[in-house]
Amino acid sequence: MSTLVLTLIIGLGLGALYFLVASGLSLIYGLMHVLNFAHGAFLTLSAFVGWAVAQAIGVSSWGGFLLSVLAGALVGAVFAALTELILIRPLYERHIEQVLVTVGLSFAAIALFEGIWGTDPVTVTGPAWLGQTTSVLGASIPNKYWVLIIAAGIVLAGLVLFLKKTRYGMIIRAGVENRAMVTALGIDVRRSFTLVFAIGGAAAGIGGVLAMHAMTYVSAHLGSTLLIFAFIVTVVGGLGSLTGAAVASVLVAVLQQVANTYLGGTGDFIVVILLAVVLLVRPAGLMGKRA
Amino acid sequence: MRSIRDLLPLIVGAAVVVVLAVLPLLNLSIPGILPGATYTPGSLALMSLCMVFAALALSYNLMLGTAGLLSFGHALYFGAGAYGLGIVLQAAQLPLVPAVFAALLGGIVIAVVTGAVAMRVSGIPFAMVTLAFAQAGSVLVRRNQAVTGGEEGLSLNTAGVPDWLVGVINTRNLYWVSLAVVVVVYLIVLWVDRSRLGHLAAAARENDLRVRVLGLQPNRAKLIVFVIAGLCASLAGIAYLLLQSGTQPSAVGADLTITVLVMVVLGGVGFRWGAIVGGVVYTILDQRLTVLARADAIHQLPDILRVPLSEPLFILGVLFILVVMFLPGGIAGTVDGWVRRRRGRAVPDTGIAALEQSDTAGVVAR
Repeated sequence: MSTLVLTLIIGLGLGALYFLVASGLSLIYGLMHVLNFAHGAFLTLSAFVGWAVAQAIGVSSWGGFLLSVLAGALVGAVFAALTELILIRPLYERHIEQVLVTVGLSFAAIALFEGIWGTDPVTVTGPAWLGQTTSVLGASIPNKYWVLIIAAGIVLAGLVLFLKKTRYGMIIRAGVENRAMVTALGIDVRRSFTLVFAIGGAAAGIGGVLAMHAMTYVSAHLGSTLLIFAFIVTVVGGLGSLTGAAVASVLVAVLQQVANTYLGGTGDFIVVILLAVVLLVRPAGLMGKRA
Repeated sequence: MRSIRDLLPLIVGAAVVVVLAVLPLLNLSIPGILPGATYTPGSLALMSLCMVFAALALSYNLMLGTAGLLSFGHALYFGAGAYGLGIVLQAAQLPLVPAVFAALLGGIVIAVVTGAVAMRVSGIPFAMVTLAFAQAGSVLVRRNQAVTGGEEGLSLNTAGVPDWLVGVINTRNLYWVSLAVVVVVYLIVLWVDRSRLGHLAAAARENDLRVRVLGLQPNRAKLIVFVIAGLCASLAGIAYLLLQSGTQPSAVGADLTITVLVMVVLGGVGFRWGAIVGGVVYTILDQRLTVLARADAIHQLPDILRVPLSEPLFILGVLFILVVMFLPGGIAGTVDGWVRRRRGRAVPDTGIAALEQSDTAGVVAR
């Protein structure tokens, strides 16, 4: 029983991490039809900057922890917005080229990170509480997973509020639904592209810093590992659907953890099987628009 | 009657192959590109590696350039060839030739299964799904240490391999094998491009709906092209294993697919000779930039210049971005456009730009 609870909650925490990465990917794809391979680079840079901030302020204090998360979000947002303005915008409506440019950016960025921070993982120790456990129904849950779950919950709530209650959010939702119609109404959808990139980058940045604290290390390849699972999550959830991304994140991560615990470490493989099954049964994903 | 002009590509191609075939017997030095004279094992190994990657780039170009399939999992089939042969030689103790066929068969099976599932979606989702499959392959290779050697990689079991293909002294023979592989892959790709199958796949790339309205089955054609491309990649993987006397998990990973994509885009999407040039140029640049990174001149630079310049992949990534943004035809597309302009002919969109047209056409058709 306690193993099951532990597995489920760790799965939920991992799902929270996937969601932080996948939410931006899914919004960007939904609005702009760009598959953003550079999303992993946003995450990695944020994690490294978050690490530097935490080192400067004091790693074991909560202030350092919160500031490192904020710095990560800011760095992710700025990096993503610059990417959109400099690389994506000049290639407007040329989707394959946009994908290729983000591939090149991720390629170059990972090499640059290795050049700056070295090829070996950089370790970090956060506040002591993160390394301890809390007992739930007899299972000792590492506290870092609670932080991930809470952070993803806040980001999800913030995104939903933003998309439902603000004018810009409304334009983005309308743009995902039918971009031609929004343009026909005289609204310049392109202006919201940078915004969507910045939001996605900020979410990935938060995810990056938290992933660093959860894994207690950061390396230049942190982003690329998470990105592949985020891709799987966005396809399973349905491209462009935020709810789909949230549901699929939890589904994918819990399944992965359960398979890792009870089926002898086959989690990664099971996830790909799930992807294949979803594609065969519902090619548009669980909550995708087009069947 | 065929004019001399029609036969020109054939003559040039045959001449290039002959020149490449006699290179190991000559004493030529190309300073700055090859590490030594052409007969030395170091230069031969580099040139062989160029050919293996040229073959891989050709197979990828068949998929992207002809069928318009943007796959991020092509390394899976390359790795299937390399690991397949390695495992068959290790576990089944077969002689080389049957082992090669077994590895190719394995590559085909994997390509059919993954291709059939991935073809359920198209465009960008297709790219994501192929990436996920390649990642699963990579995970399988890394986890099953007993069979694949895990992170350490798998070294070639030379028991079943003829002596003339083993060791540094026989680099020359391996070079000829690599040359043969690239020629075979080129001929297969040429044959597909000229066949009804290739025309159908290309037509589906241009306008899928129209092909279906004509009562043809583009998906089957695309799947066959996908499998043939996978088979060619496996062949390149087999040559890679023999050449390197082993293979590492990176041969299955997403990074290799991206490398191949960079090669093809750099050379020019849709041009067979572009893929070859891209593969060769990339491999040599990668090798030379690594040497350059260790040079003293670089180490004396201030940090802000030294760090980027000592990372070959950073330079190649930036080069790739610049090509995509400003030279979408790649090397071959640019040269082709220049030649056409000189002859006063119209210049069609080439390279990625041509793919893009078909992409928007598909969106409108939907």
